[in-house]
Amino acid sequence: MSQSRNEAILVWMLRGMAIISGAIALLILLFLIWETLPILQNIGLTRFFNDPSWHPASEEFNLMPMLCGSLFVTAGSVLVATPLGILSAVFCHYYAPPALATIYRRLIELLAGIPSVVYGFWGLVVLVPIIGRMHPPGPSLLAGILILTLMILPTIALVADATFANVPADYLRGAAALGLGRWAMVRGVVFPAAKSGLLTGIILETGRAIGETMAVLMVCGNVVQVPKGVFEPVRTLTANIALEMAYAVGNHRAALFVSGLILMAMIVVLVVAAEMINQGHLYE
Amino acid sequence: MLAPLSLGLAACFWLQSCGKPPEGATQSSDKLQGKLVLTGSSTVAPLAAEMAKRYETQHLGVRIDVQTGGSSRGVADARQGVADIGMVSRSLKDSEKDLQAFTIANDGVSVILNQENPVKNLTDKQIVDIYTDKINNWKQVGGKDAPITVVNKAEGRSTLELFADHFKLKTTDIRADVVIGDNEQGIKTVAGNPNAIAYVSIGSGEYGVTHNTPIKLLPVEGVDASIANVSNGKFPLSRPLNLVTKTTPTGLQKEFIDFARSKDVQDIVKEQYFVPVAK
Repeated sequence: MSQSRNEAILVWMLRGMAIISGAIALLILLFLIWETLPILQNIGLTRFFNDPSWHPASEEFNLMPMLCGSLFVTAGSVLVATPLGILSAVFCHYYAPPALATIYRRLIELLAGIPSVVYGFWGLVVLVPIIGRMHPPGPSLLAGILILTLMILPTIALVADATFANVPADYLRGAAALGLGRWAMVRGVVFPAAKSGLLTGIILETGRAIGETMAVLMVCGNVVQVPKGVFEPVRTLTANIALEMAYAVGNHRAALFVSGLILMAMIVVLVVAAEMINQGHLYE
Repeated sequence: MLAPLSLGLAACFWLQSCGKPPEGATQSSDKLQGKLVLTGSSTVAPLAAEMAKRYETQHLGVRIDVQTGGSSRGVADARQGVADIGMVSRSLKDSEKDLQAFTIANDGVSVILNQENPVKNLTDKQIVDIYTDKINNWKQVGGKDAPITVVNKAEGRSTLELFADHFKLKTTDIRADVVIGDNEQGIKTVAGNPNAIAYVSIGSGEYGVTHNTPIKLLPVEGVDASIANVSNGKFPLSRPLNLVTKTTPTGLQKEFIDFARSKDVQDIVKEQYFVPVAK
């Protein structure tokens, strides 16, 4: 009997842990709404998209340039990093000799462990001056995309690697029995079988790219504008908060919380979109 | 739906109550006790808050509450007695001479260029034209034929306030190519770009120059940009950071003001790139 009582206690403990984890996300959302409610009531949501520019000290609160900045930097880096990461995992799994594959995996793990401020610092003192010589001023959308690509590459590469390792061996044997070549097998059997895992990897890397702050703050130039080309500086929502939070008071501070709310909304949209693409079978 | 929330909230309150100091803490052997309220300038507040923290650890019975709201709030609150001490990040105006000001630090801003840049001097007018994009090539001010990269500070920073104030620039008129957060980032940006111009707190500027960063400080109105010239009051782009009181300070008020002006807190002043008051 005591067996089942122990089990009941365990179930209650687990339930408690799950509730706390879920409540944290809800509390964060409530806090954001609590902080932004006064300014949203006073000023209205539309001013964050229609004001002439972002000069919170003079009551101009347009967040559109920052929203565009975040979207462009994220989209650019995901577009570059995804094929690189997935194809390198393919090489590692189906083409490389085992010793080389092991070394490669360790290197990728190492890349994942470097703190973001180190990437940012390297970008600021090495990458930005190089871009600056090609096309002044240097800090730009391009620098942000390149640095972010480096930072999210390990995420997609490691997730793709783990996903390929989980593709049932029967599938591969079946493909071999049909006399398929290696690339035909990867394209026709492995990719479809690994689809949901790869999608998870893409969502994870996109989330990381949207939320990255320090490195982007250091290399993107942070000028409030909608960029017309990759050499123009941009400011992201995260950089906006990091730049101004320490000195913001009153409406300015509340407007920064609106930036946070928009970031949160972007993540929610991302998760919902992923669920819909996969019709709810994301983690099958 | 409500159950997880209330549980989470309960957990928060429980954790918070743990953070409170035990009641006995106020009854230390130290004779100084009480509470001090400081309000005012958002530039002085971080500095005063650090000083207050140190003071509290040395005098366990004392609680110091630092609130921001701008220099004018500091003046108003000190006058009305709402706050024990006001914080004001400028000299007192003639209409405010009924108050007493005690300078705890000085703040200076200097314009920096890359060492490779041949330009040695810029007039106030030229700096204004560069920052409003009327001048956009170094050739126009006697340098090489290269576009100027204008580095500006993010909205709300006191360095920007001081810079714009001195040059009578409206922040909305500034056309920047790069916007930075802290001084260190500005110095790194100018060090990596021979065509950049920026302005930084004078403390961090001098630190960069003495540690072989390839930047140079430009004189303003013919006065060399240096910490020495800020503390002796010669450098035009500077201002005092003041604590103000309505009457001659007494008791705890006086103790804290003396502490804030003493050698014990000079490391805090330097850490925040302000210039300590000359002693």
